[in-house]
Amino acid sequence: MDGTGARVLTISPGQPFRGSVTTFGALVWSGFRRYATYRQATIAGSCTNIVFGFLRCYVLLAVAAGAAGGRPGGYDSAQLATFVWVGQGLLTVTGIWGWTELADRIRTGDVASDLLRPVPLVSAYLAVDLGRAGHAMLTRFLPPIVAGAIAFPLAVPHRWQTVPLFVISVVLAVVGSFGCRFLVNASAYWLHDARGPLMLWTLGSAVLAGLYFPLRLLPDWAAVTLWVATPLPGLLQTPLDVLVERDPPGRQFALVLLQAVWAAGLLALARLVQRRAERKLVVQGG
Amino acid sequence: MVAGKFRSVTSYRASFTFEVLGNLGSTVLDVLTVFVLFRAATVVGGFTLAEAVLMTGLAVAGFVLCDAVVGNIDDLKKYVRSGTLDTILLRPLGVLPQLVFLDLPIRKVLRVAFGLTVYGVALRANHLDWTPPRVLLAVLAPLGGAVFFGAIFVLSASVAFWWVDSGELGNGFTYGGRDFTAYPVSVYGGWFRDLFAYALGFAFVSYQPALALLGRGDPLGLPAWAGFAAPLVCLPATLVAALVWRSGVRHYRSTGS
Repeated sequence: MDGTGARVLTISPGQPFRGSVTTFGALVWSGFRRYATYRQATIAGSCTNIVFGFLRCYVLLAVAAGAAGGRPGGYDSAQLATFVWVGQGLLTVTGIWGWTELADRIRTGDVASDLLRPVPLVSAYLAVDLGRAGHAMLTRFLPPIVAGAIAFPLAVPHRWQTVPLFVISVVLAVVGSFGCRFLVNASAYWLHDARGPLMLWTLGSAVLAGLYFPLRLLPDWAAVTLWVATPLPGLLQTPLDVLVERDPPGRQFALVLLQAVWAAGLLALARLVQRRAERKLVVQGG
Repeated sequence: MVAGKFRSVTSYRASFTFEVLGNLGSTVLDVLTVFVLFRAATVVGGFTLAEAVLMTGLAVAGFVLCDAVVGNIDDLKKYVRSGTLDTILLRPLGVLPQLVFLDLPIRKVLRVAFGLTVYGVALRANHLDWTPPRVLLAVLAPLGGAVFFGAIFVLSASVAFWWVDSGELGNGFTYGGRDFTAYPVSVYGGWFRDLFAYALGFAFVSYQPALALLGRGDPLGLPAWAGFAAPLVCLPATLVAALVWRSGVRHYRSTGS
């Protein structure tokens, strides 16, 4: 090469595992850099998170002040404030809203070029999404928490295992959220226009993931059903419950385990759906 | 233009149905949230469920009326970025009316009906002591709220003229304003309450009129006539929005693409 050619990552033929890890890492990094280009939107988004943080925090604290015993859903005031503010920070990290890229690429036929690549499609998209989440973690996670900590007393974790469990839980939330969004988007393989499923997803995911109010405020049977039968609490409520130490250590651990089962299940399902889709796919457009 | 839009919308029936349901669903969830919160506490911010739902009803009715007419203006930043605004400016029609009709809000009809129903049921549930001024206020308050939200929508969309990458910033004031007005102002505190309730004027969308309808004194100290005068707040808001919009359109320079 004369020095002007693009640098291409070579996958070492003798070491396939190392090769795929390098590729995965490169894709994660590219996802990170892609979102790093929207700096102003990052600032604007954080301001919006902070406004909603104040709104939800004041409302929940007023509920706590009016509740018998002052502990609605088993949270004290500091736990509720932490729930709201860390929730606003995590919202963009798990990124439950606004990802229509796969559905758009299926509709336009661009997905054909993704299929030509030597990386499995689900893994490639997952890698880019992890990069996106990493960027959001560095830029969007802290501003709401700082704002919340200035205005309200927040709960500080007491158990040694809380912070590591929280980190694992956030990663699982990102993977789970990706799995759900992939499946919703993949409905475009069959429907061509995934706007309907996407709309239902946007509508249901936020409230059932615990963004509007902690799910523990629902009747017990409804909360348990949501946790066991749907992956949605795992996208926001579980990491937040783990962080504010809502439950005794045993159940704290069990919640993360349940989240892991759902995340693994969703990824497997995404692969299965993708394989099915590839078998029947007729690429649109010319 | 309107007829053309109607035809284009109804030709994709499945998507259209989903959009109608999705639109309705978001408002239903907002109202349900209030009920869930009141499961945990009988009194929030000094108000009972029925009283709070009157405020929610007013806020929702005002918001859905407004959103059905000008909600589409949210997309202004997309038009500025992509340069679509150039075509709009070239046509010999007003910019604002064109943006409004660029996306016909038929899909929002059900939601408007739901919003007005919540308001109507809340009026019934509170056993109000009806007097002529209260009847007038009950009619004018949601309309005033709608105009006020309209002004906020136009203002937050105008930001795109100066700052294309404003992203979700406007949502904090439009949807944030909707959520703010859905609860009694007495639940909020500090500078946040002063800013949203009084400096921006959101207290006069639902909280003050609801107090006047209920015949309750304001725990935060405003006199009773403030509730009856509340719908008038939409007038200065509209004036400010109109001025900012005009200077925004003048300031607009195409992206050049």
